[in-house]
Amino acid sequence: MAYLSIVALIPLAAVLFKSLDGGLDSFWTAVSSDQAVAALRLTLITSVIVVLINAVAGTLIAWVLVRDEFPGKGFVNSLIDLPFALPTIVAGLTLLAFYGPDSPVGVNLAFTKVSVVVALLFVTLPFVVRAVQPVLLELDTEMEEAAESLGAGKATVFRRIILPNLAPAILAGGGLAFARAVGEFGSLVLITGNIPFDTQAASVFIFAQVESDNPIGASAVSVVLLVIALLVLLFFGWLSKRALRHEE
Amino acid sequence: MRSKPSVRTRPSRVPTARLALRFLALGYLALLLGIPVVLVFINAFQDGVAAAWNAVTTPEAQHAFYLTMVMVVVAVPLNTIFGVLCALAVVRQRFRGRALLNAMVDLPFAVSPVVVGLALLLVYGRRDGWVGEWFAERGIQVIFSTPGMILATMFVSLPFVVREVIPVLREIGTEQEQAAATLGAGAFQTFFRVTLPAVRWGVAYGVVLTTARALGEFGAVSVVSGKLSGRTETATLFVENRFQRFDATGAYAASVVLALLALATLLAMNLIKPKEARG
Repeated sequence: MAYLSIVALIPLAAVLFKSLDGGLDSFWTAVSSDQAVAALRLTLITSVIVVLINAVAGTLIAWVLVRDEFPGKGFVNSLIDLPFALPTIVAGLTLLAFYGPDSPVGVNLAFTKVSVVVALLFVTLPFVVRAVQPVLLELDTEMEEAAESLGAGKATVFRRIILPNLAPAILAGGGLAFARAVGEFGSLVLITGNIPFDTQAASVFIFAQVESDNPIGASAVSVVLLVIALLVLLFFGWLSKRALRHEE
Repeated sequence: MRSKPSVRTRPSRVPTARLALRFLALGYLALLLGIPVVLVFINAFQDGVAAAWNAVTTPEAQHAFYLTMVMVVVAVPLNTIFGVLCALAVVRQRFRGRALLNAMVDLPFAVSPVVVGLALLLVYGRRDGWVGEWFAERGIQVIFSTPGMILATMFVSLPFVVREVIPVLREIGTEQEQAAATLGAGAFQTFFRVTLPAVRWGVAYGVVLTTARALGEFGAVSVVSGKLSGRTETATLFVENRFQRFDATGAYAASVVLALLALATLLAMNLIKPKEARG
């Protein structure tokens, strides 16, 4: 407990105190400055988009990895975790190599809002896949076969049987992906250009405030970011539990 | 219940749909993950293997990789010991705040790396920090120096071992430990002869994840390091530095080294996973 305090809890408390150093007024001024609002808005909007894409793509990938058979499946399966293992700065450089100015296919997304989404998609890829996969493995195909023998089409089976069973896992994975997306920094540094009011995400904004010696402003936005991440984790945890109960 | 008999009369449609889904999933992965990663390798060696090798063996590069190794060597053992003890406390003991401890351990996952760096700055920084002056008077510089960077690495890689060991500890139960205790084994003996061997693959998996995170941490270390080239620059900071200075070969070559380490991590994870499942 002491170790946890020294390494994590006390420093986080320091951020909270610093953000209130100049009273609630200066906290509010820092958080509601145009640049801070623009950065927070960009982070929230891109994170929502990323979670939605992940929910669909992650479920699809998990389904293909569990229900489909093709050569090299084991290899693809182990590759899913690569974004977790790869340093974020390398992830950024990786995307820049393909989606940057020197792109071999001529797709230059560097310094655009789309690049923020792509970078966040890269680093959050494993969450939904890894949450859905074990549930899909456990899921009995009997229910689906029964539904099909009663005349349900593939789409109906998916919508009425598979999706409700996977919903808690998709939500849990989505929550983790959102929390990660909101705080992501390393992969954004190189590819987004960090243009204020345009492609500057909240974490990069905080970094800029630290660099320009504005610890109170940096702390205030940090607290907002922390609260958002915690609330989202709690909310998705609650949704996922509710979906589980609904199923029973 | 709408019925769709058309699907049943044309079963040949099913494999097509399956192929389409497979194509979609693999295409998404290739565009997002596969092709970009391969491209990093190609870019690193575009000026030849010798140029890439020279780029990662300059004194600055060597120092950056050395510093990254220091981070790993200090942070991973400390977090492993903490992780095992913390998991034991959460699973085996009953005390006030147990649930709180369990929730707090995950906190570093929810915190942005930049916020981690800022937090350490506010505690250990010489000017703003709560205890920075105390350390400075004793000649210890925490921020813009190795100790601060180690603290940052420890912070972000804190939860991995705990998270891996807790489910294994729950799974194995206390029967064997109780048996050892009735046979006269002390607490230490029970731990080292019974508990630790039972959770060893869980610990190993956690160590691999901790190592990967410690190797690759960028944001938190970036804030507290001051980025002094050749002094407080880790491998990930070196990549950024090289890139910002238009040394693409250096950035890509160092990235390849880090990517190879990441691939080695994946390999280790895949080797350990089945063993962990077997217990």
